[in-house]
Amino acid sequence: MNNMSTFDISTLSVAVPEIFLLSAIVVVLLLDLFLTKPFKQATYYLTQLSLLITGVMAFNLIGEPEAIIFGGSFILDDMASVFKVFMLGGTMVAMVYTRHYLEQHSLFKGEYFILVLLSVLGMMVMVSGYSLLTLYLGLEILALSLYTLIAIARERAGAVEAALKYFVLGAIASGLLLYGMSMIYGISGSLNINEIANFAANASLASREMLILNFGLVFLVIGIAFKLGAVPFHMWVPDVYQGSPTSVTMFLSTVPKIAAVAMLVRILVDGLGAMHAYWSDLFMVLAILSIAVGSVVALMQTNIKRMLAYSTISHIGFIMLGFVTGVISGYGAAVFYVLVYILMSLAAFGIIILLNKKGFEADLISDYKGLSKHSPWFALMMLIIMLSMAGVPPFVGFYAKLFILQQVISAGFVTIAVIAVVFAVISAYYYLQVIKSMYFEEADTKSEVTAPMDMQLVLSINAVLILVVGLFPDFWMKLSISLF
Amino acid sequence: MENSLLSLLIWLPIIAGFFVILLGNERANTARWVSVAASILVFVMSLTLYTEFDSTTHLMQFEEKSSWISQFNIYYHLGVDGISMPLIILTTFSTILVIIAGWEVIQTRPAHYMAAFLMMEGLIIGVFSALDAILFYAFWEASLIPMLLIIGVWGGDNRVYASIKFFLYTFLGSVFMLVSLIYMYNKGGSFSILDMHNLSLTTTEQAWIFWAFFMAFAVKVPMFPVHTWLPDAHVQAPTGGSVILAAIMLKMGGYGFFRFSLPITPDASLEFSEVVIILSLIAIVYIGFVALVQRDMKKLIAYSSISHMGFVTLGVFALFLAYTPGSAEGALLGLEGAMIQMISHGFISAAMLLVVGVLYDRLHSREISTYGGVINSMPKFTGFAVLFAMANAGLPGTSGFVGEFMVILGAVQANIWYAVLAASTLIVGAAYTLWMVKRVFWGAITNPEVATLSDINTREFGILAVLAIAVIAMGVYPQPVIDVMHVSIEHLLNQALTSKL
Repeated sequence: MNNMSTFDISTLSVAVPEIFLLSAIVVVLLLDLFLTKPFKQATYYLTQLSLLITGVMAFNLIGEPEAIIFGGSFILDDMASVFKVFMLGGTMVAMVYTRHYLEQHSLFKGEYFILVLLSVLGMMVMVSGYSLLTLYLGLEILALSLYTLIAIARERAGAVEAALKYFVLGAIASGLLLYGMSMIYGISGSLNINEIANFAANASLASREMLILNFGLVFLVIGIAFKLGAVPFHMWVPDVYQGSPTSVTMFLSTVPKIAAVAMLVRILVDGLGAMHAYWSDLFMVLAILSIAVGSVVALMQTNIKRMLAYSTISHIGFIMLGFVTGVISGYGAAVFYVLVYILMSLAAFGIIILLNKKGFEADLISDYKGLSKHSPWFALMMLIIMLSMAGVPPFVGFYAKLFILQQVISAGFVTIAVIAVVFAVISAYYYLQVIKSMYFEEADTKSEVTAPMDMQLVLSINAVLILVVGLFPDFWMKLSISLF
Repeated sequence: MENSLLSLLIWLPIIAGFFVILLGNERANTARWVSVAASILVFVMSLTLYTEFDSTTHLMQFEEKSSWISQFNIYYHLGVDGISMPLIILTTFSTILVIIAGWEVIQTRPAHYMAAFLMMEGLIIGVFSALDAILFYAFWEASLIPMLLIIGVWGGDNRVYASIKFFLYTFLGSVFMLVSLIYMYNKGGSFSILDMHNLSLTTTEQAWIFWAFFMAFAVKVPMFPVHTWLPDAHVQAPTGGSVILAAIMLKMGGYGFFRFSLPITPDASLEFSEVVIILSLIAIVYIGFVALVQRDMKKLIAYSSISHMGFVTLGVFALFLAYTPGSAEGALLGLEGAMIQMISHGFISAAMLLVVGVLYDRLHSREISTYGGVINSMPKFTGFAVLFAMANAGLPGTSGFVGEFMVILGAVQANIWYAVLAASTLIVGAAYTLWMVKRVFWGAITNPEVATLSDINTREFGILAVLAIAVIAMGVYPQPVIDVMHVSIEHLLNQALTSKL
């Protein structure tokens, strides 16, 4: 570890995207203070511009040699760069949808965008975090911004309740995570991921050390499961999804999942990979429970945001199955699934937001009645999204499931695969409910889509990508595996 | 051109479907003409498959192969042999009929209706020509989507229930197939169906894979006891949807047994053949009696379909009992009979459903009791209806006879009692079909509305005439079809009889 003791200014180049984004946040924050009402839109455009430039910077770092700086607490590798590009791209898309929502519901405030930028910064720190401390730091930046974002609709009781619930349960999760980290630190003597890895890989550990390591591991797994929303630590997910303003629900259900998976990879795969046998058993139980609960409970939902919350839980189950396998291609399958999930989820919430109007949230499944009549194009898009989430080919959701199942079966867990597909069929029922509403039922009221063209265009591209990537998934699969 | 013929057959209708959607419901007439032109073009192109077909080899023809998902060695691999080629032509043929049949009848969203059928045509041709398991699975599942919408959007009063039941039943059946396909990929390193034919599997593996396939294909055929979705789907679907469902989608199940079950799990197929035969016989006999008591004509045809498809599975699985070393004749008869039965059922069920459709369009009732004495007002139509009813009952000289007769001959070699039970359907089938004919067409007019019925118009006459020609031609001279499939079937028989252990 040469870079531990000395500090070389040139090493900062690997953290350029984060540094730029932080500066941009400060600039946008200050500018927003002085912008008068007619120019408030400038905050939005500056936000998009900052995200774009940061994204380009992160993109340029793809393929750079791996570098660990800041005393071993910050890593730049392809996984970090690629994840950052996807996070920034996803956020940009989310912001296009968000603007329409905020304008419809008079929530258009500069703080919203600044909080989003801050949470993105937090996620970027998480993705590049290579010590327990950096990871925790990034996580907290992200979480605190999200709590505030939810509460931004403070006139709504539901939003305040959701924010509080998220805050309290999020704090518990952070506490559990910290507790686990302190045990790992206590026994291994280091916060750095690679030193923890060396320690855990040491074959001659005493049983006492092993015990504490295990204890810490369990807390870490619980903390991560909390953040991911895996059963039985999922109780916050449906309430927060339903209570938050839809644009916040969209954001927190998509991009932060990449960061959570990155944290999972850093801690459990890079750090405690030697203990895979211990945590994979925990993961298997969490994954199966998530798939089962997510698929079955969603059947009863009438609120589409709540239904998507349970659907997310079941997708998280599939993602966790990828980590059960303990092989690089399995982890790659999980990453592929996350990226696909984000593509689908962004589009699904995009459709919900698209139908939003002043005083109308479009968050009930029955609000979609007759959509195929008055907006056949977006009904078709929603059809694609729902079928893709259900895992029907040729849409990309199928290939994500295929990849995971192939890895799970190849690891010898045929029974797990069978359980997973049976629940996938059950979950198809509630996706079909949305299709039923759109296509098989007549509308009570005729409503036109009033969203601006840029949103309609981005949303169409987003949904069509679900089909296109589904027809040509090879590149994305290879990319996902190459990150490990 | 020749090398990409199958691709053209798959993608041309799908692209035409997109185009028709873009035309929109406002330009309904253009959409109709484009659809019918596309479907005729595809049919004519598919005839090239027949004329250029080399019936002296069991090898795949018109092959196309290019890498698709290299991560899993998945190829865009197409090809046909004597088993799949006739089914593809059946598909292109039926699609023209349903598009013309929906010409005036469908007034709500006509362009979307036509587009759904065009896209489904392409996807089903994909199912029959895919030689890569994942490509096959993708087409197999994707073909559910247009059918879901056809039933749900243009169906009857209870269409929502029927469409979702249809989707979930088939979806549940096929996910197990997916798991076993992945299992075989992990074992053999290839998703190619032809490689899977040669993959050696232990008895236990074969048993699991056999039942996984069985779930997928038995639901689709459908076999007793997983047949209950079909009467619902049939009754609720619009006429065109029922036609495609009965004429082609059910064949996907039968095709699955030919392409997957027999060659991939020959030993398990042998071991469990008696179970399948008994289920087939229950379908033939019991469901035949169920058909007898139906009051709804479409439901009657649905049950009659299940009963007739029982012959397909009987013919396929009787081969293990019919085969004696040195004499493959009985086994071959059964298998070829099953194939003929699939094609013939495609014609007859399509014709029967169109006949019901003609009546339904006029009086909006499928109840047998609504009618009576239709012959008085619709003599030309009754002529066709009686011909198709006779074919459905298996009258010699019609295509319905050939397949059933061959399967029964095969079954005689297997076990005389199987043959007796199967042959009893000739009586039951005649009973339910002719009794329906008697109540609907013969006798005096009881319902005054029936007296006002106008006879079929040129469009309807044309459709029924084409089907009548097909039914009689297949019945009188089925040899060309048998010639085409003979070598492939012989090869399949070999595969089925060669142990993998």
